Amino acid sequence: MPYGPHTTEDRARMLEVLGLETIAPLFADIPTSVRANGLDLPGPEPELELAARLERLAARNRVDLANFLGAGVYRHFLPPAVDQMISRGEFYTAYTPYQPEISQGTLQTIYEFQSLLAELTGLDVVSASHYDGAAATAEAALMAIRATRRERVLASRAIHRHYLETTRTYFSPAGLVLEELPTLEDGRTDLAALERALGVGPPVAAVLAGQPNAFGILEPMGEIGRLAHAAGALFVAVIEPVSLAVLAPPGEYGADIAAGEGQPLGIAPQYGGPYLGILAATDALVRQIPGRLVGKTTDLDGRRAFVMTLRAREQDIRRERAASNICTNQALCALAATVYLATLGPHGLRDVAAGGAARARDLEHALAEAGAPRIHGGAYLNEFAVAVPDAERVHAALVDRGVLAGLPLARWYPDDARLRDGLLVCATEVTTADEIARFADALRVEVGTTATMAEAVR
Amino acid sequence: MEVRDDLRYSDDHEWLRLEDDVGVVGVTAYAADQLGDIVFIELPGVGSPLAAGQAFGVVESVKAVSDLLAPVAGEVIEVNGALVERPELVNADPYGQGWMVKLRLQGGESGEVLMDAEAYRQLTRAG
Repeated sequence: MPYGPHTTEDRARMLEVLGLETIAPLFADIPTSVRANGLDLPGPEPELELAARLERLAARNRVDLANFLGAGVYRHFLPPAVDQMISRGEFYTAYTPYQPEISQGTLQTIYEFQSLLAELTGLDVVSASHYDGAAATAEAALMAIRATRRERVLASRAIHRHYLETTRTYFSPAGLVLEELPTLEDGRTDLAALERALGVGPPVAAVLAGQPNAFGILEPMGEIGRLAHAAGALFVAVIEPVSLAVLAPPGEYGADIAAGEGQPLGIAPQYGGPYLGILAATDALVRQIPGRLVGKTTDLDGRRAFVMTLRAREQDIRRERAASNICTNQALCALAATVYLATLGPHGLRDVAAGGAARARDLEHALAEAGAPRIHGGAYLNEFAVAVPDAERVHAALVDRGVLAGLPLARWYPDDARLRDGLLVCATEVTTADEIARFADALRVEVGTTATMAEAVR
Repeated sequence: MEVRDDLRYSDDHEWLRLEDDVGVVGVTAYAADQLGDIVFIELPGVGSPLAAGQAFGVVESVKAVSDLLAPVAGEVIEVNGALVERPELVNADPYGQGWMVKLRLQGGESGEVLMDAEAYRQLTRAG
């Protein structure tokens, strides 16, 4: 099936049908102040010169670093089958074709994606995908608001900062309330504070908690869910999909909705994406799920057929009253996740998760010996925060020594005295003993240097 | 399509039957026919106050989802729970078993602003 932009003739024909001279009147609803009004772009360049310029820019990327940065995006071994499959011409578009049912193959891959994620999350229904983990989390909160007809959501502060910021962006113009719950010394969400918040103020639509949370710590999800449900609120689990190979699935501990970032499933870390929003829910919430769902049925001749289903709340039908107007389907990324999961299988995925956990233990010990102990006492899987004096400076110095020392937590929690000198570090199955040794050695030198400078200043 | 003489009608195709100060509300046979097979209905909670014209629920057919608008102001005192399991009752019996909510009407409200059967027949014939 060919994909091409509208031609000048196509546009002229459409304008004629609409009785318009230009397309400008179609944008009348968009205030002039927010229109682009032309882009400030440099002029055209010859292809060879442009390619050379882009190569120079790309060469500035540091691909030589020993990488301990996770914070929502995780490096994993990518089976070559993933790239091989998603590069096929039949699949190589991000979009579901219109009329979608013509493309049975595309619909089947989406159906397989939904089925695999339903198995991983232990929930009944999975959407065809969303932009990313942040968008999926915000949509999960909005689903709960629609389902409960309540307008207040409680979210652990130990959920990915970008997810909470995105949710706030969705919430504030609509007058919806997002409150953050504090965490305890051990890095887990404060259940007493949750109980208090549920007990006062307007009724709560949903409680959101991460598993593992933004500090890498495992939350008491069953208990959080019980407290939420006792107050008539829904429980949203913000998950990392690889971890579900070894942790309890959200459906098992009572989550009504699971949202998360699908990047760890076969998608290489890329600055800015494209990534893959996962959104799963119980059957009771099926009509609140925004975006697309693919179902399986039989056609008139009794053959298996895949179809778009429950489409009546999408924006081409319901316009501004659709379940969501910030919706897409990341079909190509969902295909990558599908091929990744199918290639690894349940045992392979368990090996990935367990391998990362084992490397993370090695990393913890190496860093503790180098003078950077863990901050939180709670159990973790493959990511944790360590205390490093003068963390931002040390982080920058370590890049010069060939180590990307995770995320300085001061960037997410600038007002938290304990986290200000924290680095959030992670290991996965691709982290090597050599990289861990490089990190520990470089850290030893840098932390030592800090002490010497402090002495010198004194 | 059947239009009953003893009911009043909104231009959004809801009907209203007055029983003292209680108004029973549903959608007309014409609306049910136009929507096609109804597969899901979302109704409000008992006790919800509704203004005239306010959306009180959603009706979903195989081809569209539409808001249900209150034909008059009132407080919801009962909803037709049978529709949760059997939304097809709206297609089968729109003026009977397919009723949706009962409203306690505010003082003096009589649905006078709504169309009578004859006016509604005109509307649907024109539409």
